[in-house]
Amino acid sequence: MSGSNPALAEQYDYEIIKKFSIMSIVWAVVGMSVGVYIASELTWPFLNFDIPYITFGRFRPVHTSAVIFGFGGSALFATSYYVVQRTCQTRLWGGGLIPFTFWGWQAVIVLAAISYVLGYSQGREYAEMEWPIDLLIEVIWVSYLAIFVGTLMKRKQPHIYVANWFYLAFILATALLHTFNNLAVPIGLFSMKSYSLFSGAQDAMVQWWYGHNAVGFFLTAAFLGMMYYFVPKHAGRPVYSYRLSIVHFWALSFMYMWVGTHHLHWTALPDWASTLGATFSIMLLLPSWGGMINGIMTLSGAWDRLRTDYVMRFMIVALSFYGMSTFEGPLMALKDVNALSHYTDWTVGHVHSGALGWVAMISFGSLYHMIPKLWNTKLWSEKLVGIHFWLATIGVLLYITAMWISGISQGLMWRAFDDYGNLQYSFVESVAAMHPFYMMRAIGGMFFLTGMCIMAFNIFKTIRQGVHQANVAGQTAVAAA
Amino acid sequence: MGSEWWAQAENLKSLGLLIFFVTFCLIVLWIYSNRDRSNRLEEQKNIPFLDDDHD
Repeated sequence: MSGSNPALAEQYDYEIIKKFSIMSIVWAVVGMSVGVYIASELTWPFLNFDIPYITFGRFRPVHTSAVIFGFGGSALFATSYYVVQRTCQTRLWGGGLIPFTFWGWQAVIVLAAISYVLGYSQGREYAEMEWPIDLLIEVIWVSYLAIFVGTLMKRKQPHIYVANWFYLAFILATALLHTFNNLAVPIGLFSMKSYSLFSGAQDAMVQWWYGHNAVGFFLTAAFLGMMYYFVPKHAGRPVYSYRLSIVHFWALSFMYMWVGTHHLHWTALPDWASTLGATFSIMLLLPSWGGMINGIMTLSGAWDRLRTDYVMRFMIVALSFYGMSTFEGPLMALKDVNALSHYTDWTVGHVHSGALGWVAMISFGSLYHMIPKLWNTKLWSEKLVGIHFWLATIGVLLYITAMWISGISQGLMWRAFDDYGNLQYSFVESVAAMHPFYMMRAIGGMFFLTGMCIMAFNIFKTIRQGVHQANVAGQTAVAAA
Repeated sequence: MGSEWWAQAENLKSLGLLIFFVTFCLIVLWIYSNRDRSNRLEEQKNIPFLDDDHD
């Protein structure tokens, strides 16, 4: 891929970042398309077409893996490789390991998607991949850790910038979580099927120790690393308080590991474990909001940027959604609230306010900032960024509003009793009542996906523009010589 | 405190919690207790701008 500033290509390894950035956008389009399709299946069930391969149960992990690991994971590989080089002022360490992380990670997403469609699944949320794919992830992740730490070790800057702390915590925690949650015994060397090493309540606890820390370290800490570099960089002013960012880091690191059990309230889990999870969830509100305020206040004195700069808007709205979902999370972790919200669409709405509002929007902002720099050009259309912003914002709001109404209605209908003490509604009545909101959710998803396709088009044109400008500059240089 | 005390997971979890809590308090104290150190830490916020000439 050409189009880089030659002097920069000498100093930093941008080729790997370009590849991950492009695949991040490709996986976002694929993953969100599958998401819209499964949301539509729930609204209009004829879309199943009696084909087992495309039913909700098989397509759902395809959606979650493509958006979390394909889009989010590739964006994190891209931005972490960019941030670590630029803040350490050194080139990536690792030689052949670097392209291995790219091709290996893409292979993981493709293999996972194929295996899900064919019906292979561990049945563990966000960790559905069967054992051969888990082993491949393990090798790639250790390579990623080696590259990141190797680059930090040969840094020219004495201090390690805080964004790198968040990235490193994400890489280390994900390695631990992935390893222990996927301890399983295959039924045969040539069989895809395996069974977990744990059982019963212990198995559930390990799964949700993984599940919530995947949210905490993969979907939060890592994207905070992105935020702590790209928000100051795009705003052109340093982060509001560096000391607060350090407290934010350590508070998140110490607290997140304890909260997984809030996913298992009112189950066979010991009550003390459940209460511990709820308590730490409430405590997490403080560092989360501290971090959000730190990010937003970075713009202090330059609020006018929000009027004209849509990339900045993506970042600040992302931080607002981070604040909102980290308020909603602890609220839902309270046992009494959870008694209503759990197993309902409220949870689905909460996840998407974090995933679309925080994770996707901070990634969009960072990619819009970084990609033109990688190809040494400017964004092809600022106007399209604005259209993307509004489509994404309207999409998220439609989605989460629909799921709030739907989820709270479900919770209330399932616990309603008539005068004789019988359940007032049958389950199917609650399903029928959800139909308008499922339609609203699918439409919200369509808005978000349309914005994503516009971004893909804008980035495609930006890259072509960068390549064209580099070719022209090259020809001019040759002619001058 | 006999050896049995250390074998109880419930005790070790509480002890772990206490150690983490104290460590966290020490980190916060370390960050905010000394003005020179505070100023030095705040200066690190400019690292992302040190290679601006490459943009």
